[in-house]
Amino acid sequence: MNNQSLDPRVNRLKLNASGEAVTVQEGENWNVFEVFHQEKRGAHHEHVGCVHAPNAQLALIFAKEQFGRRKKCVNLWVVRSADILAFDAEDEDMFANNGEKTYRDASGFKVMEKINKFKKAAKES
Amino acid sequence: MKTNGLNMVYYKVRKSNSFAPVILKVSTTADFGDRTKFSNLQDYQNNHSMYGGGYIFDEPNNRQLKEEQIHDDPEKLTEFEDRISRGEKIEPGDWMPSEYRRQLIRLIEQHAHSEIIGALPEGTWITRAPGFKRKLALIAKVQDEIGHGQLLYNAAETLGKSREAMINDLLSGKSKYSNVFNYPAETWADVTVIGFLIDAAAIVNQIANSKGSYGPYCRALERICYEESFHLKQGHDAFVELAAGTPAQREMVQDALNRWWQPIMHFFGPPDKNSTHSEKLMQWKVKMASNDDMRNQFLDTYVPKIWDMGLTLPDEKLKKDEATGKWDYSDPDWDLFKIVINGGGPCNKERLDVRKWAEEHGRWVRKALMNPKDKISAPVA
Repeated sequence: MNNQSLDPRVNRLKLNASGEAVTVQEGENWNVFEVFHQEKRGAHHEHVGCVHAPNAQLALIFAKEQFGRRKKCVNLWVVRSADILAFDAEDEDMFANNGEKTYRDASGFKVMEKINKFKKAAKES
Repeated sequence: MKTNGLNMVYYKVRKSNSFAPVILKVSTTADFGDRTKFSNLQDYQNNHSMYGGGYIFDEPNNRQLKEEQIHDDPEKLTEFEDRISRGEKIEPGDWMPSEYRRQLIRLIEQHAHSEIIGALPEGTWITRAPGFKRKLALIAKVQDEIGHGQLLYNAAETLGKSREAMINDLLSGKSKYSNVFNYPAETWADVTVIGFLIDAAAIVNQIANSKGSYGPYCRALERICYEESFHLKQGHDAFVELAAGTPAQREMVQDALNRWWQPIMHFFGPPDKNSTHSEKLMQWKVKMASNDDMRNQFLDTYVPKIWDMGLTLPDEKLKKDEATGKWDYSDPDWDLFKIVINGGGPCNKERLDVRKWAEEHGRWVRKALMNPKDKISAPVA
């Protein structure tokens, strides 16, 4: 049958021109896996997106095609999205005072100030 | 959880010997089994979308917006709108107005379909690309477009609509895709015009949208824009090669420009004066620029590049008003635009029939690998 398309590839198909409905069954596009990309040895694996796959092995193959085909990549991880445990986005306020913890930050300690004060006092006495 | 949320968390921690059971929640992986909890999805399915043009959509029915706003918790809505006006992103687990969710699904889904269907007109010329390098680049580009479709489907899935439901709505015609892909690529010069100008128009739109409010869509678009810059460059290169070539080549590219100009002018959607786009969508940073503003930005950058090559455009009115910075042009035929969107274009049927063929003939592979007992989940981010 000639579909009379400009595309020779389409003309080779036997298109069903009946207009019948085609329906994809729920679950037919498999499960979702999160993908983590390592750009070079020694770097962290970073989350870059996800792929649909029936199992982890194929998820890796698809991830290579989707996220490793262009830029530098030395390794990929995949994990089922369902296995990711995360905090509720609405609970982000529990991290709110992280920025105020100067006691666990180098900037929270003014050693030179004390040394200079001590030296100044020693000189004056 | 808002202002008093902080106290609540601490209270819970102090009262509890075990930290994890109190605060940890497996909440960001929405189970598709619960999909019906988004009441708006049924509305979505019933809503025959009007514009799939450009990657732009307009909501023709504002009544729904108002009804649904009434149902949104006003306190949460204020908090949500404040977050957006501060320039913060919305993430999948966040509370969002049902209308925001519905419009984003429409927008991202139509964008995804456009990438998938957009691969077809250009794919037409893979077997006959002039030369090995052009063929390699075209295959790579078409593969990128399919990859972009996957990224976008994933972003839409985080909002609670399954990939299968989106594909079914594409196949049934309920969900639209960009109108330009309902036209045929008649010659190799058409491929160069698509690769140069349609991709340029898409980039104008995608860069605007990448500054929107929904995190997963922005992340997908950042990746897409990076890859599109290669598409634009290879399209421009192939276009200029013809435009700087023999008289026959120049004639071919001029002919392609003449045929594609109207679909390109349609690309960004109807003029602002006729469009019913909602201020709300602008405020929520779902729609980032008006149709006319994007069209003007496109004309401003690309018309000079066409004229530079001594080519013409089939619109005698096309001219920049230096005083206002706005381009004047003849209105393209907007009735034709609507006819094509609703199935009357030269290639609508072929595009969907090819998509259906692919779904039907690939089914046995997908089913053979499918595990029916697998618990399906949505992407996390």
